[in-house]
Amino acid sequence: MAIISRGFSGRRSVADAKLPPGQYLTTDFPVLSAGPTPHISLDRWEFTIDDGSNVLKRWDWKSFRELPSETITTDLHCVTRWSKLGTSWEGVSLDVLLADVKPDLPYAMFRSYGDYTTNLPVKDIINKQAWIAFKYDGADLAPEHGGPARLLVPHLYLWKSAKWVKGLTLMPHDKPGFWESLGYHIYGDPWREQRYSEE
Amino acid sequence: MTWRTATVIAVHDETATARTLALVVRDWPGHVAGQHVDVRLTAPDGYSAVRSYSIASAPSSDGRIEITVERLPNGEVSTYLTQEVVAGDELDLRGPIGGWFVWRSDQKEPIQLLAGGSGIVPLMAMLRSRSSAGSSAPFRLLYSVREPGAVFYRDELRALSNQGDSVVITYAYTRVTPKDWPRPAGRIDAPLIATGTWPSTLRPTNYICGPTSFVERATDLLISAGYDREKIKTERFGATGERK
Repeated sequence: MAIISRGFSGRRSVADAKLPPGQYLTTDFPVLSAGPTPHISLDRWEFTIDDGSNVLKRWDWKSFRELPSETITTDLHCVTRWSKLGTSWEGVSLDVLLADVKPDLPYAMFRSYGDYTTNLPVKDIINKQAWIAFKYDGADLAPEHGGPARLLVPHLYLWKSAKWVKGLTLMPHDKPGFWESLGYHIYGDPWREQRYSEE
Repeated sequence: MTWRTATVIAVHDETATARTLALVVRDWPGHVAGQHVDVRLTAPDGYSAVRSYSIASAPSSDGRIEITVERLPNGEVSTYLTQEVVAGDELDLRGPIGGWFVWRSDQKEPIQLLAGGSGIVPLMAMLRSRSSAGSSAPFRLLYSVREPGAVFYRDELRALSNQGDSVVITYAYTRVTPKDWPRPAGRIDAPLIATGTWPSTLRPTNYICGPTSFVERATDLLISAGYDREKIKTERFGATGERK
């Protein structure tokens, strides 16, 4: 039973109705990271897919940018409670990146420059649900927002959309990434308010 | 994670826009310096709003914690907590949350704290934790604020730096300095990092908290000065965020 806060009525807006529980609307784009922002030069950038023992696919920046890309308009939901609606991105779908890889391993660990990791079920990154994004709002993705390229998995809390992404490892079993080892939820569905590991 | 009842036992203003709330939390499990809590306000019709706030106080076993809340323009929750709440009120609270941006009293290595504005709050918990645990870990704090009147915990910080037990505090003012202050008002820069932080050869662990622009600048300066990337921990306040 919630305690009623004497004299509190809130500043709710109509737009809040579209938001997952416990979120509020913002129009700017806050930055959240656990450490320094890496500055990665495009000539040493690469993206690899491996299965834990063998590298299955590898792209450098040039070959990555030659892949077919899509524009994505989507809402973002951060576990720190802000949501931003209708953001515009350009990126390469994971469907393209995984096209020649038989995804018989059901989980993926995404890896980033700066050693960040986050885990996702493969079923959540295929079928037009996830992209490696390199433009935001029509411009090259800024380093503090994850540039040159970040994962975009907008149906989960934004910590799953790893910044500065450099690859993914396919795994037979799920295991926690960085925030998932530090008290945050293993899956992170904003509509079910899966913020913390005990929820 | 369960909601607990927190009773406000005291409030006091830190600055014209920031207020500290002392709370007693029923069945509080204890915390580590640097962690935060969620606070929930609920209107009579059931509408609720939740925000996260860093804990300012040292770990204690009596269920007492303090949070310091900076009032934001149009802040739905921060305005209420800094203007409406009085001693005796009850709030829904849960936590503690966060296991990354923390300092534990068994850490012996040199610690560099860098605070921008209200980013001082979780770092103050670390300074207080150091004192209450009797730790002799060498601490330095570089505290960047807009103007002298924006300093939180002023008297306590002065007392800490006068104890001569290796807590060294350096202030930097971005808009207005105290009278006769040697450094002109301005953002932190390389000379200030050189004089106001531990030498990088000591390999300190760095905790940086503040607005994104401050955190980005501070981390870039530290890395340029030769600090270990992997020993820099950051916590950012988004432009709208009430914490982080």
